[in-house]
Amino acid sequence: MVAVALILAFAAFIVVSFARGQIDWTTTGEYFAWPTVMRGLVNTIWISVASMVLGIVLGVACAVARGSPNPVLRAVAIFYAWFFRGTPVILQLLIWFNLALVFPHIGIPGLWQERTVYIITPAFAALVGLGLNEGAYISEIVRAGMLSVDRGQFEAAKSIGMSYFLSLRRIIMPQAMRVVIPPLGNEFIGLLKTSSLASIIGFSDLLRNAQDIYYNNAKVIELLMVAGFWYLAVVSVASIGQMGLERRFGRGYASTARR
Amino acid sequence: MTQPIVSALKVGKSFGPHPALIEVTLDVMPGEVVCIIGPSGSGKTTFLRCVNQLERIDAGALWVDGELTGYRHVGGALHSLSEAEIARQRRVTGMVFQRFNLFPHMTALQNVMEGPVYVLKRPPAEARAEASRLLGRVGLAHKMEAYPAELSGGQQQRVAIARSLAMHPKLMLFDEPTSALDPELVGEVLQVMRDLASSGMTMLVVTHELGFARDVGHRVVFMDQGRIVEIGAPAEIMNAPKEPRTRNFLRTILRGEA
Ligand SMILES: Nc1ncnc2c1ncn2[C@@H]1O[C@H](COP(=O)(O)OP(=O)(O)O)[C@@H](O)[C@H]1O
Ligand SMILES: [Mg+2]
Repeated sequence: MVAVALILAFAAFIVVSFARGQIDWTTTGEYFAWPTVMRGLVNTIWISVASMVLGIVLGVACAVARGSPNPVLRAVAIFYAWFFRGTPVILQLLIWFNLALVFPHIGIPGLWQERTVYIITPAFAALVGLGLNEGAYISEIVRAGMLSVDRGQFEAAKSIGMSYFLSLRRIIMPQAMRVVIPPLGNEFIGLLKTSSLASIIGFSDLLRNAQDIYYNNAKVIELLMVAGFWYLAVVSVASIGQMGLERRFGRGYASTARR
Repeated sequence: MTQPIVSALKVGKSFGPHPALIEVTLDVMPGEVVCIIGPSGSGKTTFLRCVNQLERIDAGALWVDGELTGYRHVGGALHSLSEAEIARQRRVTGMVFQRFNLFPHMTALQNVMEGPVYVLKRPPAEARAEASRLLGRVGLAHKMEAYPAELSGGQQQRVAIARSLAMHPKLMLFDEPTSALDPELVGEVLQVMRDLASSGMTMLVVTHELGFARDVGHRVVFMDQGRIVEIGAPAEIMNAPKEPRTRNFLRTILRGEA
């Protein structure tokens, strides 16, 4: 009871401080649905979705490669996960964005060439940087999911004549999904927030656009509050979506197994 | 002269330094029901897995339905078959596992349809019709929409048998199909296997159900320590085993049943 009272008192204190503090809540309200903020929100959402898709494709490929009998594929996959999990995302983003310093031109020799700065826009660097990094984490999640499926499932699939890839697609992956979906949902929610790091390479995401506004009007906290609200809103929606997916992939497991 | 469905010639298989099969030689003729008995660890499962190419043999030779398994002769040398060719060879046999291994994310009907639709590329409507006919045959017409977790062990094993039959195998392999079942559920699975045998299916059955081996088996194989110790008619093996090891094994089994 004392603990509850203390927590309530503390919460009330925080609320009152912010309400009385030097925050101009009218400004916050005013910029709430401001076009620049909305554009930033849209950019944050699409870059997160696109990086997640890229991450899932790379992560699944990498997890399958790690389970493959080919030692070269396995080594490449292990190196990839090690490299991208071993360095900060912000560093990876900066490297991608500044790739022009290493390779001023990119292209296919003899066929087509372009100056790197034209190709690697902030959006491109953000997508590749976030996607590759995400893929490294997702590969671990997918691998754990595949390992959670009973070996007997592979053998049953083989015994009805399935190839390795068909059994992955039809038998192993759908079962691994059950284990993979909850952490994948967490990854996506994390990514919605991590994508704000792309603001430092000039990508016009929610945070960057909020900053652009306060560089002009000096309403720093007011605009950070706007951005914070929208991050919370998007993350909440994503969490609800995740619950739906978990239910869908729980099919066939709802009732207790009998023997 | 009819050719055997399975022809094993001095088949050997080791796991590391430990031999699991030693010079196993056995022919199984079409329509024949051969039961394999023997103590735990004697190589019974390993032999079935070699026939189905879930394991690769490392000595001798093994033909299934007239084809050398796993290898091809090219100008006097043996070359390993590709994964796809092995998958094709494997289709001749159906396998029923001790632990059922049904696909838990699919209903009984979907389990049975899976192979015909995705491996044999049959039209789904046609595959569905045959799958429901097969489930009817194993007495589960009323459980087609149930998931494995909603079925008893005996029902799951019958779905697994239907799933194998849907691929039209020429040979059915059973690895202790009733040993994970509660005693009261053993009978329903054995009944399905009896019906299958009387329909003329060629069957290789690892089992400790001596009653089944006596009534349904044409021959009984006794294995011990990776070798075939004795082969004979069921009555012969069970009433008058020649080998002392067979006699001891049967005595322990019968003592367990009593
Ligand atoms: N995958 C494996 N790895 C290592 N040893 C194995 C493997 N499978 C079977 N064995 C060994 O091979 C021998 C035969 O096993 P198994 O065929 O399962 O016997 P059974 O089915 O007659 O009980 C046993 O000693 C077992 O420990
Ligand atoms: Mg066994």
